[in-house]
Amino acid sequence: MRFPIHWGCSMFFQKEIETMNRKELEELQLCRLKKMVDYCYNNVPFYHERLNQAGVTGDKIKCLSDIQYIPFTTKDDIRDNYPFGMLAQPMKNIVRIHASSGTTGKPTVGAYTKKDLDNWSDQVARVAVAAGAREDDIFQISFGYGLFTGALGLHYGLEKIGATVIPASSGNTSKQLMMFRDFGVTGLVATPSYALYLGEQLREAGYPAEDYKLRLGLLGSEGCTEKMREQIEATLGLRVTDNYGMTELTGPGVSGECEYRCGLHFAEDAFLPEIIDQDTLEPLEEGKSGELVVTTLLREGMPVLRYRTKDITRITYEPCRCGRTHARMEKVMGRTDDMLIIKGVNVFPSQIESVLIGMEGVGPHYQLVVTRPNFLDQLEVKVELLPSTPLDRYGELEAIQRRVHDRLKSVLGLETKVTLVEPKSLERFQGKAKRVLDLRGQ
Amino acid sequence: MQIQQLSIFVENKAGRLAEITELLAKAGVDIRAVSATDTSDFGILRLIVSDPEKAVPLLRAAGMTVSLTSVIAVGMMDVPGAFAKAVRTLADHAINVDYMYAFTSRDMGKACVLLHTSDNDGAVKALQSAGIEVVGAENIYRP
Repeated sequence: MRFPIHWGCSMFFQKEIETMNRKELEELQLCRLKKMVDYCYNNVPFYHERLNQAGVTGDKIKCLSDIQYIPFTTKDDIRDNYPFGMLAQPMKNIVRIHASSGTTGKPTVGAYTKKDLDNWSDQVARVAVAAGAREDDIFQISFGYGLFTGALGLHYGLEKIGATVIPASSGNTSKQLMMFRDFGVTGLVATPSYALYLGEQLREAGYPAEDYKLRLGLLGSEGCTEKMREQIEATLGLRVTDNYGMTELTGPGVSGECEYRCGLHFAEDAFLPEIIDQDTLEPLEEGKSGELVVTTLLREGMPVLRYRTKDITRITYEPCRCGRTHARMEKVMGRTDDMLIIKGVNVFPSQIESVLIGMEGVGPHYQLVVTRPNFLDQLEVKVELLPSTPLDRYGELEAIQRRVHDRLKSVLGLETKVTLVEPKSLERFQGKAKRVLDLRGQ
Repeated sequence: MQIQQLSIFVENKAGRLAEITELLAKAGVDIRAVSATDTSDFGILRLIVSDPEKAVPLLRAAGMTVSLTSVIAVGMMDVPGAFAKAVRTLADHAINVDYMYAFTSRDMGKACVLLHTSDNDGAVKALQSAGIEVVGAENIYRP
């Protein structure tokens, strides 16, 4: 297996910022936070009102812990202001729009100024260099391009460090493998499940390992267990690092692993992280696990104050062996809501409910079963047939199945397996329903 | 001349057929003919029973998806060419057969083929004018 040649000799994209001593870093954060509060107050009506109610202005923030007086921002807030209510700049200054799926039909929008794109690519470049990427690397981006922030985020970050970028997008596996070999690809950007699939196909094709120069995998946008990581490394012969981000906060580049892989370093000069108790909403001390809350310190197009990510993790400020002083978060351990990430796609059970309500022949009750046969996510949607559905022909059942499948595909953007079950055979819940059976960890 | 057939949605899991048929047995409903095909997740169990009107509410109350479907019953002697003549007649009238199954009845002394077609009324007319026997419901439900 070929591991990065720079192993043990840390490299930085912006060394001065990444290794800044904590006192200076915190002064920088405080200064930026005060400015950001006033910027939001002056430019976003939503924040103007919120900050007025809370009586918070930039002046009143005397130290970083005063952040706790700023109200939280939630995904619902962003949705309520769909599409452009959270923007702090007129559209003439916005140069890019991205979006990710929301809890209902409407997506969550991200808007970027020129400066935002520049900062974003810096943040991704840091993650890439920390993972071992260099200007002589050739990266194949096998994330799906489009509204998703993953592909274009990594694309511009890797170009920024001078690496060669192949915008392969996802799908057409045999072509992906051909480019690996013919173009001498050294780095892969993909979801862990797709990386694993590519690895298996490579093995099956039986090409000799020396035909490939793969050495780095910057994988993200969905969970990856240690076991899966080992398997990807073994089949593709590369070293995998994890990175983290979301459209609400810009995209990838919020945090990423360095070569020591002992937590994901935040870009703390741009993102101020906190951990809160998800029930009491009180800030938690260092090392305690809770919900990650992030404030953007540099974002112009769509700044967010204390965004509740709903991801559960913990943070350490201990210095890292790599020399970076920025805080590290543990791999995300779970979610406070019912969002599922399937093949890198955010899926909310409420989306599935909205599809089923109003479909002919089936009831509104459902169960979701998520499995990972051969390390590829699969979503099965079990739906109850109505007692009065006509059964003249078997083809009518298949037609119902197909209609549900097609509708889900257009709403979720995801292939699902639809299974019809007998009426009232799915469990009924009083109070909060547990409709998801996630068997991927088993 | 149409027979009311029970069509029951069944998930492909152990014991399901036993549960359904036991329910009918308890209510004294006699099964005259049965058809089910192999499918992976679910299928449709088709039954001709002695008292379909009684069976439907019974099965629905047990939480099943049941519907009554009209089929026709064709009686034929057990000799070469009898079945071929019947389906040729339907073909000549451009009537499609969706599915069919058969049983033999000792009382009638002949084979009985149950058919669901694209045009059941047309099928009855065509078969009768070709001299083929279409069996009435009363002879099927109660021998």
